[in-house]
Amino acid sequence: MDNKNISVNNHARKMLAQNVAFTTFRILSGVIVTILFIILAFIIIKGASVLNWDFITTPPTDGMKGGGIWPAIVGTFYLMVGSALFAFPLGIMSGIYMNEYASHGKIVKFIRMMTNNLAGIPSIVFGLFGMSLFVNFFGFGDSILAGSLTLGLLALPLVIRTTEEALKAIPNSFREGSLALGATKLQTIWHVILPMGMPNIITGLILALGRVSGETAPILFTCAAYFLPQLPESVFDQCMALPYHLYVLATSGTDMDKQIPIAYGTALVLVIIILFVNLLANALRNYFQNKLKTN
Amino acid sequence: MSKIEAQHVDFHYGSFHALKDINMSIKEHEVVAFIGPSGCGKSTFLRLFNRMNDLIPDTRLDGQITIDGQNIYDRSVNVDELRKNVGMVFQRPNPFPKSIYENVAYGLRVNGIKDEAFIAEMVEESLRGAALWDEVKDKLKKSAYALSGGQQQRLCIARAMAVSPSVLLMDEPASALDPISTAKVEELIHEIKKDYTIIIVTHNMQQATRVSDKTAFFYLGQLIEYDNTNKIFTNPSKEETQNYITGRFG
Repeated sequence: MDNKNISVNNHARKMLAQNVAFTTFRILSGVIVTILFIILAFIIIKGASVLNWDFITTPPTDGMKGGGIWPAIVGTFYLMVGSALFAFPLGIMSGIYMNEYASHGKIVKFIRMMTNNLAGIPSIVFGLFGMSLFVNFFGFGDSILAGSLTLGLLALPLVIRTTEEALKAIPNSFREGSLALGATKLQTIWHVILPMGMPNIITGLILALGRVSGETAPILFTCAAYFLPQLPESVFDQCMALPYHLYVLATSGTDMDKQIPIAYGTALVLVIIILFVNLLANALRNYFQNKLKTN
Repeated sequence: MSKIEAQHVDFHYGSFHALKDINMSIKEHEVVAFIGPSGCGKSTFLRLFNRMNDLIPDTRLDGQITIDGQNIYDRSVNVDELRKNVGMVFQRPNPFPKSIYENVAYGLRVNGIKDEAFIAEMVEESLRGAALWDEVKDKLKKSAYALSGGQQQRLCIARAMAVSPSVLLMDEPASALDPISTAKVEELIHEIKKDYTIIIVTHNMQQATRVSDKTAFFYLGQLIEYDNTNKIFTNPSKEETQNYITGRFG
């Protein structure tokens, strides 16, 4: 009789603990989603009033008190493409090297530690480094090239790490299965391992692109122009960029009443671009996963 | 002359002495079963014949292994060529995430064969050889993952056969399969033994008696006894073998 009571009591206490814990988790997750929605709603409410077709297709006018942000959109696009061209091949190859060729030595441990440190460096430091190396030492000047390379450096650790993680998740039995048929290591990587890792690698790449598109500090001293009426014509030209445009409008405007709404509109466009990039990441991931199943 | 010859083979994982002075000789078209408790070194020994242990860092091999009179650990040996000649089927079916057809064609393609007609011919021959053709001939372009576990394992056998090896290594090929699939794989081993020299690692002693001509019993890194399967299971010469096959340990 006593025993039964104890077990009933115990059960009730366990249920209570569980309910308290779950309720706490639920509230905390709710808080996070709410914060995200408040930020989005805030930007939409403040920025939607200026957002129209002209806003995204014309350059700024009247000392940036009017007009649109077309050059900044184009500039951000160029910087994303430029940094991708630099960081993707280099980062993927490093990731392959670290996971497939040398995953056991002290050297790799050292490289991995350095990569992680690289990821932790503040972006403004990347900006200073990019200025002294690309802008001054290599003499690229303030240019899309220098900005892309600097942003590429910032994206590099992300790309290396996602590649490494994606490849690490592939069971060794696939490598052994391929090698056992007389395939070389390179053939194994190219025909079996990379296609299997692709969905995850692509996701990482695109998330890195999203990160790059929103960075201001690395392009501050290397590329970004305050105002350019015309679009850049070569990689040695400066360009405008959305995050920098936003920063300029919000900090050194001459007519805040007119410029603050433009700043919010710019923020909205930037957020929409990043949102699209993330959706694209999901779509590509699904595409490669399905391809893997049927190919 | 023997097909495969191991002389004074010692193998270390780091400081762990996994194989101790193993000597063994295997004739062409023989089926040899390796039995023994887990960790006895039978899989390690098997993986020496296609140099799969090369992939594991910090290992050391002493002694000599020859296949067709050639020392396979000689510097002049091309490992990829060796593995083409010594096929392997793994414990868990590991088809590639490709179509059934491409799984079998893979070994040919990576070995530089471009002739599509020849590849198609070899794919069909290998799938027939692995007793899988009738089940998959209408869905060759479908993913290998659409097959059952047993079918996947026979696909892996077909994949190994496609590059025309002379030796097939099988590392517990039926341990992840249901009894019906296991029976099919065993039947298959019977059918293909006329073309291959087969070494099969197994935990299942009935399986060893059903499929093999000779059986090697390993214990604690040593080859305790190696003889005709019949003799091993009816009248073993060593007490350890007797104890193991009668289920007193392991």
